[in-house]
Amino acid sequence: MNGKHLAGNFIKYASLILGALAAILPILIVLFASFKTGAEYTSTGPLTPPEDWTNFENFKRAFVEGNMMTGFKNTVIILLVSIVGTTLVGSMVAFVLDRFKFRGSKLILGAFLLATLIPAVTTQVATFQIVNSLGLFNTIWAAIILYLGTDIIAIYIFLQFMSSISVSLDESAMLDGASYFTIYRKIILPLLTPAIVTVIIVKGINVYNDFYTPFLYMPKTDLQVISTALFKFKGPYGSEWEVICAGIMLAIIPTFIAFISLQKYIYNGLTSGSVK
Amino acid sequence: MFSKLSYKSQRNIIIVAFLIVPLTLLGTFSFLPVANMFWYSLTEWNGFSDKEFIGLENYKTVFTDPEYFRVFTVSLYYFFGTFLQMSLALYFATILSFKVRMKNFFKGVIFFPYLLNGVAIGFMFLLFFQPDGGLDTILGLVGLGDFTTHWLGNPDVINISLAGTSVWRYMGFNFIIFLGAISSIPNDVYEASEIDGANRWHQFRYIILPSIKIIVSLNLILAISGALSAFEIPYIMTGGSNGSATFVIQTVDTAFKYGKIGLASAMAVILLFIVIIVTAVQRKFFSEDD
Repeated sequence: MNGKHLAGNFIKYASLILGALAAILPILIVLFASFKTGAEYTSTGPLTPPEDWTNFENFKRAFVEGNMMTGFKNTVIILLVSIVGTTLVGSMVAFVLDRFKFRGSKLILGAFLLATLIPAVTTQVATFQIVNSLGLFNTIWAAIILYLGTDIIAIYIFLQFMSSISVSLDESAMLDGASYFTIYRKIILPLLTPAIVTVIIVKGINVYNDFYTPFLYMPKTDLQVISTALFKFKGPYGSEWEVICAGIMLAIIPTFIAFISLQKYIYNGLTSGSVK
Repeated sequence: MFSKLSYKSQRNIIIVAFLIVPLTLLGTFSFLPVANMFWYSLTEWNGFSDKEFIGLENYKTVFTDPEYFRVFTVSLYYFFGTFLQMSLALYFATILSFKVRMKNFFKGVIFFPYLLNGVAIGFMFLLFFQPDGGLDTILGLVGLGDFTTHWLGNPDVINISLAGTSVWRYMGFNFIIFLGAISSIPNDVYEASEIDGANRWHQFRYIILPSIKIIVSLNLILAISGALSAFEIPYIMTGGSNGSATFVIQTVDTAFKYGKIGLASAMAVILLFIVIIVTAVQRKFFSEDD
């Protein structure tokens, strides 16, 4: 029994360490390379740590030559507008569909759910024609409106959460003479906070990491986001991997900081966002 | 002023005001593209010229021309990758649901790749798969140096390398969902089963698996449609060269590189149908099982 237990423990920890190594090693190699000089990069193995951990030359070059500043700026603008928009739109739809039963409400709910079945990537060709004919191609609004318009997941999360907020709260507010709009703004919206946190996290991850929406709809250099700014390293820096690696690290660092500081919320957010 | 109105008229105003923007967006960016896509797929059109109606000609091309049909076989790699990804996720989620030293560290590390930027991951693995790069070095260290190959140059293994990258990227997502689901199983169920002499495998087979069955099936649907629509990793890493083009890469290229919007739409319609069929089959299969 004891020997079996020991063997079980060994397998358990060995597999965990292997899993952790598999997750860390590719990132670690990039981290090492980002601090190496060009000559050092070619002469040392990928698993050799850099000689000088304070060599920020590659980061400077990646940041300046790769126009990462523009990328960060556009990413932040798009993130803010789409998160605020998604929260408002999603909570409003959930409020109306959950609180008011009217002719067509079932149909509208069904339409939102049906849309979850369509993978956005399949309709890209036709969506492009629409975005183009609306004159949004190569404007920052292309990305923003697409992130807003197709975010069915957020509506779904809010709907789930709304149904757990008791209707008697609305009714007692109505006895005090509150309007429906006041009920939405002063009662429902604050109570939705946990769901809003979930939506912010899920949306934030998707927008920050999305590649093909900005790539397809905003090819203009001024409009590049983190993903597309990084993608541009591909051609011209083909042989200077140490600079590309610094670019990769620049794109990863904000995610890492957000993860470390918001760990608990991210876990809860994703779980409650996708499980229900 | 608004609050002076009767609740009935307030209600009507709110319904219209709150729904008009979302419904317009839903119609314009979710349903209109689908309808247009069906129409485009029956035409020959380059995006600028007049559309010429050609019936099912585009569909015939996709199904008979090996150049287009071949990309479906690439999906198989991602498909198998998906099963690997789910099993690993389930395994790690189960272990980390019980007492483990440094639990939070392992949890964080295994999950973290999912949060990373897709382009960053693509570049990271381009580097990792280079000759004498990370993978070759590691294989050398553990005495498997003979297995090294051109991970992205050898057409026989390129899709395995790319599907592997995909597993690396998305496994954490399945993992965290499974972990959440398993943690909602009440503790006393395990305690009771231990008194009855159940071991870990029994607990997994008869308690955990049945309790999270719906989550597993949900993840499976997401993973399968994800495998069919694989795009970012292969596009960023290889641009679809060397036999690594997936169905979506082929569609995007057909539309935007070669200007064959009609043909690309037919491909997209086919993909949409496959995804819907897979989803429907999954749902039926799992709901009958209950």
